[in-house]
Amino acid sequence: MTTLRKGGTFNLAPAPESIKVEIKPRYGHFISGEFVEPRKASRSKSSAAPDYFTTLNPATERPLAEIAHARPADVDAAVAAARAAQPLWAALPAKERAKHLFRIARRIQERARELAILETMDCGKPIKESRDVDLPLVAAHFFYHAGWADKLQYAFPGRTPRPIGVCAQIIPWNFPLMMAAWKIAPALACGNTVVLKPAETTPLTALRLAEIFAEVGLPKGVVNIITGDGTTGASLVAHPGVDKVAFTGSTEVGKRIARTLADEVASGTRPSPKRLTLELGGKSPHIIFEDASIDQAVEGIIGGIFFNQGEVCCAGSRLFVQESILPEVIAKLEHRMASLRVGDPLDKNTDVGAINSAQQLERIQHYIALGESEGARLHQPITSWNKPSKGHWCAPCFFSGVQPSHTIAREEIFGPVLSVLSFRTPEEAITRANNTPYGLSAGIWTDKGSKVFEIARKLKAGVVWCNTFNKFDPASPFGGFKESGFGREGGMHGLRGYVELTQ
Amino acid sequence: MPTRLDTSKTFKLFVNGAFPRSESGRTMLVSTPKGEPIAHVAKASRKDLREAVEAARAALPKWAEETTAYNRAQILYRIAEMMEGKRAELADAIASVGPDLSGTTAPRASKAGAKKQATLTPDAEVELAIDRVVHFAGWADKHAQVLGCCNPVAGPFYTFTSPEPVGVVAVVSPRSPSLLALVSLMTPALAAANTCVALASEHNPLIGALLGEVLATSDVPPGVVNILTCDHAELVQIIASHRDIDGVHGAGLSPQHAAILHAGAAENVKRVTIQTPAPDWTNAAQCENPGWLEPLVEFKTIWHPASS
Repeated sequence: MTTLRKGGTFNLAPAPESIKVEIKPRYGHFISGEFVEPRKASRSKSSAAPDYFTTLNPATERPLAEIAHARPADVDAAVAAARAAQPLWAALPAKERAKHLFRIARRIQERARELAILETMDCGKPIKESRDVDLPLVAAHFFYHAGWADKLQYAFPGRTPRPIGVCAQIIPWNFPLMMAAWKIAPALACGNTVVLKPAETTPLTALRLAEIFAEVGLPKGVVNIITGDGTTGASLVAHPGVDKVAFTGSTEVGKRIARTLADEVASGTRPSPKRLTLELGGKSPHIIFEDASIDQAVEGIIGGIFFNQGEVCCAGSRLFVQESILPEVIAKLEHRMASLRVGDPLDKNTDVGAINSAQQLERIQHYIALGESEGARLHQPITSWNKPSKGHWCAPCFFSGVQPSHTIAREEIFGPVLSVLSFRTPEEAITRANNTPYGLSAGIWTDKGSKVFEIARKLKAGVVWCNTFNKFDPASPFGGFKESGFGREGGMHGLRGYVELTQ
Repeated sequence: MPTRLDTSKTFKLFVNGAFPRSESGRTMLVSTPKGEPIAHVAKASRKDLREAVEAARAALPKWAEETTAYNRAQILYRIAEMMEGKRAELADAIASVGPDLSGTTAPRASKAGAKKQATLTPDAEVELAIDRVVHFAGWADKHAQVLGCCNPVAGPFYTFTSPEPVGVVAVVSPRSPSLLALVSLMTPALAAANTCVALASEHNPLIGALLGEVLATSDVPPGVVNILTCDHAELVQIIASHRDIDGVHGAGLSPQHAAILHAGAAENVKRVTIQTPAPDWTNAAQCENPGWLEPLVEFKTIWHPASS
């Protein structure tokens, strides 16, 4: 084995993305095709919650814009708009719905750079990712689903697919625009209308998407976007005018939503619950066998946990290394990580951007402290980097000597922290990999094809990446087993969540 | 008052992304219903056809293997974008040549369909044709999911069946409707990742030439589609006997031409699909479904052990 030279990165000149993106000082809600101010709080209630809150750039902590906070009256208005628009949208010939969605896809492609920069500013993810991964996928989701609008009967042979109605969609802050696309595109393709609530810390790209909808002539009320915090989301989920709820976020909140929907049945409000799809957390196993292409695997492992600062539901956060190659893998991880660049997300050289919020950074730091106190060994290979004085930063790190009982092996950290465990036999790897209430994704690295398929069949995960990781495509269904949620997004199977099927 | 003389168009073949004249130098006169000359279009020869097939064959690896299904879908959608831009010119070309009154057009599927087609205005035909291209653009990244599958065999194997293009497809357009029929036959072939050599309508060859102009500005790689304006009687025999054409896709052809093309299946086991009678081209249920891609794909089944 060749000796690896530790540390030492090339010093690259800064390469900041220089295009300036216009951001309004204040945004209202997008209801019925236009931006409206939030409805005033009723006089009887104290003015505890302000009409607007601020969204910050997590890399600089500077405010970007004031965002409206939706109260029940705003939620009412949005749902009513979606309800009014739905029969008209569904009555359009399917091909016309398709052409609306194709237009949206094309317009997103044209404004992709602007959207990528805005995403990076509001979310903290590196421009390299928003430009080269997020935005292409956003456009592709609309384009792919546009083509399904007039072909739904072939996705459900022998059945008659019909729209469900009004869909409430609540999305997280880790892939703000991409999650909006994953939700809106299939909903519209299947003849539904939408009320979307983006995450509190990342509303800007969804609001820009609303501008695009208006620009390309999407009929009013087909997509409505309301901004706010968890209370807005709760109002929306519980609203009687909603027919279906789609949620991506933490397992904890997902369970709360399921309970809310169940209570509506228990209380007699509805005979059966609203349709629900959930895409929740994960603690995905990443397994590397001794007969893997080790260098490729290390690259895949690094991408699997440090892509988007590890703020990914399907991050490969538990690495299982076959004992015989453990020292080599650890050495290679350290060597590779030492050249990761943490810094200004708008710099094109940056690999790892800012953590989305102070709250999330605190969480991550809490888990790092726990990892050490519970006896795992912390590796921090990134030794020299210029940590900006402002902003939320966490340099990628990993723990070795992690035991399955450790908190950092069980709980989702949602940050750039990898837990490394070892195994001897494939059976042990499978058992340990499946030993989690989650089941979103898994990764397998081995050059032996039959082992790939044997292990893939035995892993309890909705997406299994073999000799690759973090691959997404609108044509490929994504979703979890067990407490990582139910329902799929993307592909033919992803349409099921947005249709009612009758004979 | 001096009137401005227009710069009338020269209509040529579309082969390998370029617009050559026929190597034979021959042309065909296209006239209005009253017999007024509109243009002389190139009259493709056997050699032109053979060169077009070579271009289609050469373009196949890039189109079928190196281009993603998504990218193919986008290119087909761009064809629709370009057609939309050329709406007036396409409608004008349909209108100026007028309806096919030769009585030689093959029988239609139904009387109602025939009547609807007979009353199809040029504008309506162009709109239907654009929407048809949009429809099939949307199949390019989906038909594998609808036509393919995973096979539950009785053993520890992972086996799946997926559609691949048959290869070079000869598309033979009926006389009428010259635009709608040609795109209805050609676009499914392209969505399935085939490359094409198309014989344009004999009744209105202008459309074939104009469609070539649309394709040239649609990011379609050279050679993926080739359009020959020609006398079908001369070229169907060449298609039938050509050993490097993998599939034939036509509809509404004369019984004689259909018979010649079917005989081509015996030559090198071509996959020949000729709808007789032609469908009602205005009927979306008949003309927009995955059944139009199925005859133009080959199904590959792959096995892999799932137990080590």
